[in-house]
Amino acid sequence: MAVTARPKLDAQKQRADFPIFNELIHGKPLSFLDSAASSQKPRQVLDAMQHFYETSYANVHRGVYELAERATAGYEGARETVGRFLNAPSPREVVFTRNATEAINVVAYAWGLNNLGPGDVVLVTELEHHSNFVPWQYIAHRTGADFRMLPLDDEGGLRLDALDELAGAGRVKVVAAGMVSNSLGSVNPVEKLAAWAHERGAIMVCDAAQGAPHRVVDVQALGADFVAVTAHKLCGPSGIGALWGRMELLEAMEPFNLGGHMISRVTFEDTSWGEVPAKFEAGTQAIAEAVGFGAAIDYITEVGLDAIEQHEHELAGYGLDRLAELPWVKTYGPPTDRRAGIISFNVDGIHPHDVAQILDGEGVAIRAGHHCCQPLMAKLGVAATNRASFYLYTVTEEIDRLVAGLHKVRKILS
Amino acid sequence: MSDQMYREVILDHYKNPRGHGVIEDADAEAEGFNPLCGDEVSIYVSFAEDGETIEDVKFSGRGCAISQAATSMLVDMAKGRKATDLAQMPKDELLEEIGIPLTPIRLKCALLGLGVLKVALHRAKGTPLPQEWAGLDELELK
Repeated sequence: MAVTARPKLDAQKQRADFPIFNELIHGKPLSFLDSAASSQKPRQVLDAMQHFYETSYANVHRGVYELAERATAGYEGARETVGRFLNAPSPREVVFTRNATEAINVVAYAWGLNNLGPGDVVLVTELEHHSNFVPWQYIAHRTGADFRMLPLDDEGGLRLDALDELAGAGRVKVVAAGMVSNSLGSVNPVEKLAAWAHERGAIMVCDAAQGAPHRVVDVQALGADFVAVTAHKLCGPSGIGALWGRMELLEAMEPFNLGGHMISRVTFEDTSWGEVPAKFEAGTQAIAEAVGFGAAIDYITEVGLDAIEQHEHELAGYGLDRLAELPWVKTYGPPTDRRAGIISFNVDGIHPHDVAQILDGEGVAIRAGHHCCQPLMAKLGVAATNRASFYLYTVTEEIDRLVAGLHKVRKILS
Repeated sequence: MSDQMYREVILDHYKNPRGHGVIEDADAEAEGFNPLCGDEVSIYVSFAEDGETIEDVKFSGRGCAISQAATSMLVDMAKGRKATDLAQMPKDELLEEIGIPLTPIRLKCALLGLGVLKVALHRAKGTPLPQEWAGLDELELK
């Protein structure tokens, strides 16, 4: 038994790496329960970016001088780190983007516009974040393809049994699904969806923005064709994300943004494209942010993805138990065993904005709103929910302060 | 912050809204929606015989305490005033009445009802909505 025990994550110790927790909010200690929107940044990531700017900064892939070479090594080193993190067969399959949304837009435009048409079916899930919903809805409308949604069961899981009927006689060309729902915390069976997509001859596009910070993402094991990730949710800076795609698909695709760096040869008459991934990285990229992305991956890998997943699993269980003590709170989503560290809830008769506002006065930061999932909110029959979400630095005391704050909300507004 | 925001007068209007309801065959009516938080407000106005004095105002809807309390306070302020005058009422007049510090996001909650009332009055009078409401274009006013 002892030999298989995994080292447990000590969130109190991790917290010391995050300067933000020295801040007082309205004179109270910060309880940051909004990591699903964006995570806080450890000293290691901030230092890596600062160090890069102070010692190695220049534009990449251009100059012949020493600094340009250092900068290029930093940028391309980050690409290798992302590739290893995702178990990509080659780092050349990693395209840097601004964020996961842009990564999905690259696929929707550069693949979708040339491969979709009337009679084709684009399938997304009712759980989808707008990032993996709106681009597909738009491209389907533009190309005349059918846009269909995989329904949910009562616990917020995907109804895989409905897939065949939903596809009907249509030619399914794209299946797009998130790895983890940012609203309900449901962990989706992406491997099964990918297998079904491939049986149908479709490509599988996985939005792993909410998955990658919390569990191992192995693009080869997932069997997906495209996977989108973002740095800011996994302790990295905002402004940088990545698209992983299978090389033969990336090579066959048209470019997305056009301009400098993505070209091979430009004449007055015509332009030929550069090699993948340069073909998709027009203009000066977020160079120091890429370095910060790499440092963030090093940081969470050092903590351990398995340990992070286990820690959040325990927090989700603790949070659900504590909220179950409050009969006037309704929670949404799957049971603990199929849930990441995200809990959406409502307080009877009290609007989420009022809940979040009063909690803010207690130093407790949660999200209130539709979480970029308006179709899902409509399905749940609510305009908005409150959402508490956890990460590797979350401690149970923060959940206790949330519960105490909810009592105060009731006292003020009921 | 929250203690200032949820002061007694706000809570009173939130828990006991003035003029909550619907006016059938209203002389002016409109509805508005804040997509950010899902707040909804509909406002109904009836004019007195002169076709100008506001005889009655009612509102219905759902939303956060700030949007509902602000609309209730607006109803109190509106009764007995002239429609043309009210249609030109500056935002600050309502904000002074509300009298709490509002973050930019909550400002939209507080001004939803006033925007809806203005749409209703300008539509009834056939006049264009003042330019200053362009800044609140995230609100869907119908």
